[in-house]
Amino acid sequence: MNKKTSPLSKIYMVLIFLFLYAPIFVLVLYSFNASSSTNVFTGFSLKWYQALLKDTESVKALYNTLILAVASSLIATVMGTAAAVGIDALKNKYVKSGVMTVTNIPMMNPEIVTGISMMLLFVFVGKLLNITNVLGFWTMLIAHVTFNLPYVILSVMPKLRQLDRHLPEAAMDLGCTPAKSFFKVVMPSIMPGIVSGMIMAFTLSLDDFVISYFTTGPSFQTLPIRIFSMTKKRVKPDMYALSSIIFLAVLILLILVNIAQLRSEKKAMKKETVEEV
Amino acid sequence: MYKDNMLKKIVSAPYYLWAAIFVVVPLAVVIYYAFTNSSGDFTLDYIKTLGNYRYIFLRSIWYGFLATVISLVIAYPLAYIMANSSASVQRITMMLVMLPMWMNFLIRTYSWMTILEDTGIINSLLQRLGLSPVHMINTSGAVILGMVYNYLPYMILPLYTVMSKMDRSLIEAAEDLGAGKFTVLSKVILPLSLPGIASGFTMVFVPSVSTFYISKKLGGGTFAMIGDVIEMQFQTSYNYNLGATLSLVLMVLIILCMAVMNRFTDDDNGGIPA
Repeated sequence: MNKKTSPLSKIYMVLIFLFLYAPIFVLVLYSFNASSSTNVFTGFSLKWYQALLKDTESVKALYNTLILAVASSLIATVMGTAAAVGIDALKNKYVKSGVMTVTNIPMMNPEIVTGISMMLLFVFVGKLLNITNVLGFWTMLIAHVTFNLPYVILSVMPKLRQLDRHLPEAAMDLGCTPAKSFFKVVMPSIMPGIVSGMIMAFTLSLDDFVISYFTTGPSFQTLPIRIFSMTKKRVKPDMYALSSIIFLAVLILLILVNIAQLRSEKKAMKKETVEEV
Repeated sequence: MYKDNMLKKIVSAPYYLWAAIFVVVPLAVVIYYAFTNSSGDFTLDYIKTLGNYRYIFLRSIWYGFLATVISLVIAYPLAYIMANSSASVQRITMMLVMLPMWMNFLIRTYSWMTILEDTGIINSLLQRLGLSPVHMINTSGAVILGMVYNYLPYMILPLYTVMSKMDRSLIEAAEDLGAGKFTVLSKVILPLSLPGIASGFTMVFVPSVSTFYISKKLGGGTFAMIGDVIEMQFQTSYNYNLGATLSLVLMVLIILCMAVMNRFTDDDNGGIPA
């Protein structure tokens, strides 16, 4: 098996990554620009990083984004995991596929349609109840939980399918209550699915613009919404500074996760060889 | 076990309720708005005006299709190279593919404006090299570039996943039996990667067709997509009924496109030509 990458392949990879990183490079560069232009680079300065600290609205928006992402991913993880357990136990094939079809809708539908359908529901209910400004934090939370749920369910379901059915049964035969058997036996083995579902939900919520745009009101602004309203006119480089900081944070996080994975894989490999001996 | 099953049904009940209220009912509300006027009476007026938007619908589908095909052509070799690299290269390249997805897409698209503008980075580079500037921003090419750029990772990831799981011995067997490089690609690798192509296709096509931000920023409003028209109904002209009608049509069109797509990939013999 040839595991060496040929020079031509290397060039191709570099070109693609240049394309993927070109705008990010530009953005980081202009975050250090001395002038307020996002067009002409006049000199190095850190003033946009300082300006960012004083931009209370952006800091507030960042705070809102984090609150929303944490709340919606937690709710979706708890509700989604419970749902996966229930769906997995469904005996009727048709009911099961029906439930899965509905579960897939928010994933398959264009985001704009999901956003609009929820907005219309909120507006409709608001009209019935005579509330003028329905759209805000709560509607956005509902929307985020809704689009997070399928990702949690779909990452927990495969783990449930891999689980040995006899294990929870054995636990119950030995005197566990169903709840205890779930938390002591089922939960530890589906944990990787739950965690990856939660991480996915969290990042989706953090980054969502389209659905948020239609389901939020003027009272609640997240970072993507704020960036959108800024890009209508001209973006101040402090947004570039913020994006650069986020980029660096994610980069460090990914490297740490990778190192952790590498370590646990190495450990597992060592264990395997020991067992084989 | 009866009690256990009962319990499982009870814990999943909140989700069923949630999905019914916030997934199924909203779609019914879209249909309701599409067939009523602003005072709530039944009407077919909005359906009748759809003809006016046929070019915009066609353009959206065509641009989305082009962006998807270009992404596939770019991503396929990359995924193949990645899957055949050493474990450490695979790890690093996967990280590099995912990293841009964590950054806000609005700001990355905005950043492309800086690159493509008439006085932007590419053109000032061209000028320094003594070449004449090229007009790039506010063209259809810029819009498609924006789509390819934003959704390329969604094409790379599923392709990489299927290719890294591919059974190497099949390729080796084909080579041992005398198949040339091209035959191996067309008769072994390509059919085996069809599921990845199908999911990549969906993941790029759907957001491309329905985008409104990319076309607005990189197309300068001259290449309005259906997403732009829908967005306008909800955020500027407040014609919710027309917006709902257009969303409904968009949804149906995408389902149709996906059905056609599945026809191509769900071959009974696994896509292997007889």
